[in-house]
Amino acid sequence: MAACFSCDAHASEAGLLAYDIVGDAVPAALGGLLGDPERGREIVLDRRSGNCLICHALPAIDQHFQGELGPALAGVGERLSTGQIRLRLIDQSRINATTIMPPYYRVDALSHVAPEYIGQTALQAQQIEDVVAYLSTLSSSP
Amino acid sequence: MNWRALCFALIATLPSAATSTEILPSGTTFLSQGLQAQAADAGANPGMLWVADGERLWNTAESAASSSCASCHGDAEVSMRGVATRYPLVIPGSNQLLNLEGRINTCRVQRQNALAYAHESDELLSLSAFVARQSLHMPLKVTVNDANAEFFAAGEAAFHQRRGQLNLSCANCHVERVGLRLRGDVITHALPNAFPIYRLEWQGLGSLHRRLRACALGVRAEMFDYGSEAYLNLELYLTVRANGVAVETPGIRK
Ligand code: HEC
Ligand code: HEC
Ligand code: HEC
Repeated sequence: MAACFSCDAHASEAGLLAYDIVGDAVPAALGGLLGDPERGREIVLDRRSGNCLICHALPAIDQHFQGELGPALAGVGERLSTGQIRLRLIDQSRINATTIMPPYYRVDALSHVAPEYIGQTALQAQQIEDVVAYLSTLSSSP
Repeated sequence: MNWRALCFALIATLPSAATSTEILPSGTTFLSQGLQAQAADAGANPGMLWVADGERLWNTAESAASSSCASCHGDAEVSMRGVATRYPLVIPGSNQLLNLEGRINTCRVQRQNALAYAHESDELLSLSAFVARQSLHMPLKVTVNDANAEFFAAGEAAFHQRRGQLNLSCANCHVERVGLRLRGDVITHALPNAFPIYRLEWQGLGSLHRRLRACALGVRAEMFDYGSEAYLNLELYLTVRANGVAVETPGIRK
């Protein structure tokens, strides 16, 4: 993937932390923040925050409350590097332009956003790092 | 014109998926057998309480200055039969799109000498459920014509536009991912044929526009007002897509 010269600019314009994309990954933690996997798990499960289970399945959770619009997240920590997971959370559309996965750390190129969310990212930088830390712990063995 | 150009011309005039003759399966068919049976049984369907109340309102004059719906329209089984299958529509010469609720409120104000019912009030839900019930099992019959084409185009565009902080279009879910599970729900074609619906999550009856607001909330998008132009346009688009699907009011949903 081509290096993106404008993404740092976009990020700072909107008050977001800048990040560098290398290949299909963002190798460095946003703002150098340290993620907490425990908190990350809560964010992934929480309907008012990450709410990732509307689309994804996680091991050890009742099937009926899991989505199947995206791949199961079991083993994702083995399939992908931390940096790859980070870019997929920040903005999956940089990897697949027609993805339905929401961009969790982007505020531009969105339309009709509810007033209370305008100018805000779906997850904050610390929450992104928490979720990255949690997903990195997911191996395919139960 | 060479064959390639001819081909293009032909493709350009083909009807879009929305106006094709394929009849989509009702949302009811995605429910458990138990809920389907409950919806089909008038004695067990909780939405029938509103229908009964609608019948009472139909026959009642609110004040000495006003007349009941029945005093003009008589027996609803006769006069309202098939009416719901034609809505939303543009009243000739008005350039205004009306859904069934809007039509009922027009009668309230212009013919009945009464105030319009509030959106989502029990009265409006009851009367619209009662009127729509008179079209039970009849296929929806709304197609695109000169009068509604502009509204339809706006609804179609809205249906395909990504919206909200989660950046999803109606079509992303209701066309591209029908049958897949979104958390506890199975995604359907988003047809309007069973509205107003009794939704377990609401513990009551709700209109199509309430459901549209719920879907907007789900993607953290701006919610429009009940009865707003934006939702009427979407309602028209959804109804044209559902052309031929039988009315099931009041449906039951999770
Ligand atoms: C609206 C549905 C949707 C939501 C909500 C969603 N995702 Fe996704 N996700 C997808 C899809 C679809 C893919 C497949 C990649 C693509 O679209 O190109 C995906 C891919 C991923 C991947 C890459 C998986 C792999 O094996 O390559 C990760 C990691 C991921 N999602 C994490 C998350 C997390 C964490 C959340 C919540 C904060 C989330 N997703 C919310 C739909 C969604
Ligand atoms: C004073 C007489 C009168 C009263 C009372 C009245 N209506 Fe009407 N209604 C009409 C007339 C006349 C029309 C058709 C023509 C028009 O309004 O343009 C009509 C049309 C309608 C239509 C559209 C029918 C169609 O074929 O599209 C509906 C639905 C309707 N009325 C429902 C009601 C309801 C519900 C009530 C009671 C809340 C009511 N009306 C009270 C006179 C009345
Ligand atoms: C993230 C996926 C998603 C998006 C985006 C979405 N919906 Fe829905 N919608 C659902 C789910 C899940 C349901 C409940 C199950 C069902 O009926 O499909 C639902 C239900 C509905 C229903 C009720 C269908 C019935 O038979 O009861 C309608 C109508 C509807 N949506 C219309 C829309 C419209 C119009 C839009 C765009 C403005 C939209 N939805 C956007 C997921 C979505």
